[in-house]
Parts: sequence; C-alpha cells; structure tokens
Amino acid sequence: MDKKKNGIIDKIPNWGWLMISLATALVLWYVLSITPKTARCFPFIPKVIEALKTVVEREILWADIKSSMISVLLGFAFGFCTSVPVAFLMAWYRPVQHIVEPWIQFIRNIPPLAYVPLVVIGAGVGRVPQVIVIWLATFLTMTITIYQGVRNVDSTLIKAARVLGAKDKDLFVKVIFPATTPFILTAVRLGASVALTTLIAAESTGAFAGLGMRIRSFNNSYEVEPMLLYIILIGIIGISIEKIIKFLEKKLTGWQETRQV
Amino acid sequence: MAEDRKVKVKIDHVEKIYDGRQGKMIALNGVDLDIYENEFICVVGPSGCGKSTLLNIIAGLLEPTTGAVYVDGKKVEGTGTERGVVFQQYALFPWLTVKKNVMFGLKLKGMSDAEAEPIAMKYIKMVQLEDFVDAYPKELSGGMKQRVAIARAYAVQPEVLLMDEPFGALDAQTRTQLQAELIQTWQEERKTCFFITHDVDEAVILATKVIVMSARPGRIKRIIDINLPYPRTQEMKMTKEFMDLKNEVWGEVYQEYLEIRK
Repeated sequence: MDKKKNGIIDKIPNWGWLMISLATALVLWYVLSITPKTARCFPFIPKVIEALKTVVEREILWADIKSSMISVLLGFAFGFCTSVPVAFLMAWYRPVQHIVEPWIQFIRNIPPLAYVPLVVIGAGVGRVPQVIVIWLATFLTMTITIYQGVRNVDSTLIKAARVLGAKDKDLFVKVIFPATTPFILTAVRLGASVALTTLIAAESTGAFAGLGMRIRSFNNSYEVEPMLLYIILIGIIGISIEKIIKFLEKKLTGWQETRQV
Repeated sequence: MAEDRKVKVKIDHVEKIYDGRQGKMIALNGVDLDIYENEFICVVGPSGCGKSTLLNIIAGLLEPTTGAVYVDGKKVEGTGTERGVVFQQYALFPWLTVKKNVMFGLKLKGMSDAEAEPIAMKYIKMVQLEDFVDAYPKELSGGMKQRVAIARAYAVQPEVLLMDEPFGALDAQTRTQLQAELIQTWQEERKTCFFITHDVDEAVILATKVIVMSARPGRIKRIIDINLPYPRTQEMKMTKEFMDLKNEVWGEVYQEYLEIRK
C-alpha cells in the first residue's frame, strides 16, 4: 500500500468519519424521499419530527417504550438466569449435553414469529406471552454461547490451579468463572440483540402497547411517518444497549489477549 | 555417596497404561527411581517415552495404573502444595496481574492480601519482574511469562519443583538466560527439582543427575551423574568435561531415536 496516497484518509479522526457516514445516510435518505417510487415509505426528517410531536401529544410514545422495555428486560433476565446454570450443566455432565443440545440447536433455528401463536394459545394475550417468547429466544442463544465458553476453558489453567492447592469450589470461583466471563458478556450482547429482534414478534400477540405493536397499528392506519420514527427508535435503542455492553466488556475483560490481524 | 542422603521422592514401580481406541498403550512400564533431597534431576528422552506422564503422576494430576509415588514417605494422592509445577504453556491466569498470579497459591492457603503480598514481591524480585507487578500476562513476552510462572511456583514454597519442558517454547537466547537464572536460584535454595527437557545441553548444564528414558514402553534407560562443579556458567559449555557428558547423554538419546525410526 502506498502510504502517502492515504495521507488525507489517515488524518481523518474517528468522529470525522462518523460525521461523513451520517451525512451520506442523510443524503441517501433525502434522495429516497424525493424519488417518486420510494417517497411514500421514506418521508424526510421534518415529517418524522412532526410525527414525533404527534406521538408525544397522543401520550403513546413513552407508554410504548416503557412496555417494550419491560418485556425485553423481563424476558432477558429470565433468559440469562436460566441459561447460565443450563450451560454449566451441559459443559459438566455429558448426558445433559447429549440430551439438551440437539433441541436447543433445533429450536434456535426456528424464527420466534413461527411459534408465537402457540405461546398465545397456551398463555393467553398480554405481557405473559411476550416475556415467554423473549425468554425462550434469549435463553437458547445465551445457553449455546456460554456453553462454548465453559468448554473452552484452558485445561492447563485448571491443572495450574490444582497444583497450587485449589479445591473444586476454588476452581469454579477462581478459574472457571473468570475464564468464562468473556463468553458470558458476549452471550449478554447477543442475547440483548435477540431480545430486541424477538420483541416485534412477541408483540404481535395482541399487546396493548409497545414499539412493535404500535408499528403494526400504524401500518393498519397507513401512518408512515410515525412508523419510520418507531423503526429508527428501535435501532437507536439497540445500538445504545450494544454500546453499553461493549463498554462493560472492555472494562471487565480487558485482560484478554487480542489477536493481531 | 548418596546412601546417607534423604530420599525426597520415591517412585515405586509406577506403571501407566492407557486404554485407547487402538487397544492398550503402555506409557510407563515399571519405573523405579529415588530422588534425593537437593537433587536437580533432568529427564530426557524421545517424545512418547512417558516423561510428561511421569511428571503428571508425581504432581498428582494423573493416577498410576499400578505402583505409587511417595514424597517424604507419604503416598501421593492428588495434588499438593508441597509439589510445585511449572508448565510449558506458562498457564498464567490471564485475568490476573503478575502480582495476583504469584499470590494465587498463597491466597488459597488462606493468607490475607497483606500477608501474601510481601512473599509474592520477594519472588517477583527473584525473577526480576518488579517493574511489571501490575501488568497482565498479555503484556509480557514468553520469557517473562515463564518467569512469572516460576515465581508463582516458588511462592507457595514447595518441597519439590516439577518442570515440564518449561523453556521449550522460548527462543534460544531467552532459554539460555532463564537457564542461568534457574541455576542461580537453585544454588541459593537447593530445592529438589524434577525437570523435563528434550534439549541435551540444557539437561547437562542444569542437572546433578540426568535420567535418559526410552520409549514404547516408557522406562528408565540410564542414569548419568553430572559432576560439573558449581557455580555453573554458560562458559562451562565450552569445557571438555561438559562436552564429554553431553556426548554421553546424547549417545543414549540418539540410540532411542534410532529405535523409534525402526
């Protein structure tokens, strides 16, 4: 590579690139909003801001965000609390792994939207089926990730701890748990992302509020502007959650060897 | 001359048979060995001669199929802090700093931070890493990592130090450097050592006694006393005494390589 040619490109700081990227997206958005074929589904910023005013006035925005976040948080919390013990059991007891893993892999590959009606038949409408669907989806993803992590614990570390006097309890608390932390955090990040994507499916079950439910209701009334606003909001929430978890990962697992590419 | 010395580790007819997919594999075929206090034993032999298996049995990480190992007359059952181990792959805890790694075993003994820290610092100084106490393993070179592992093993003050090709993954220069440091430490503490290597030079410069093992099945082929004087230096590798001993050990090992190739 000719370094001199890249001189200007190398000088642009990261925030500069962010600005350029944002500007590119805005231009593209504007072009879409004035192109006849796409104008209807891509209203430009002023219209979206107007929609924001309307949803705030109608007092549905905060109720929707609150409802969705409650479902996501509950489903994710249940998913996390159940995936950690199941993952460890799978890693420690081969029979558990042999019996459970094929089914986790099988169900994980079914889009949640497909089994939502079943959950509704079983659990009725409202908050409960939403939480169950998110719980199931996050549980499956996180179990697999954490299980891989426990399996990957370097056996020489366990040997080293044992010759230094570690008993089984010490091994778990002082070796296996810290060694698995990076995988648990990756699982949390993947789980959070799955929770959000599953939310839309979960709210198709006759919810009374929620970001996903509202998008459907806007769809029924042909309100494109607030629909686009909600879609962008989901994106913003998603990326914020990811940034927070990434920050935690950096803080908690900065000791990890990073591969030099 | 050795008769009045104390037997530190007694290896009593240790046999190890693995039940593999291709039938039984005899890794160790009745190994008997007395390791006296303050001896520095180096074990050499071709890969597959069971030298690592033997070390793991002494460490208590593996159980012998028959026979037993005794340390100070007490039968080995599982691991114990009177036997310290240094592994080839360093095996440092990557989430702990250098100091915390060295303190690991001390904390398991029930010491508080205040009690463990000065001891850890003493051994970190011994391996000359006092400028890196708060560094994480990822920030260290291979040689530095192995120094930390050695400090960590010393810190719990084991009676016997077991080392499984500790310098095998290091470049020649670093290896020579660490050998010199290990000789220095051994001269000061005279800790009983059981050191595995495939490097004949290394075995002769470090050991008071070299054990040559043969493969398939693994057993002790010959024991060669190394009567080089102390303090030992790298310059000694140029002397005739060293060359003669090296040739003697190498001759035995080479025969084994030829055996395997048949």
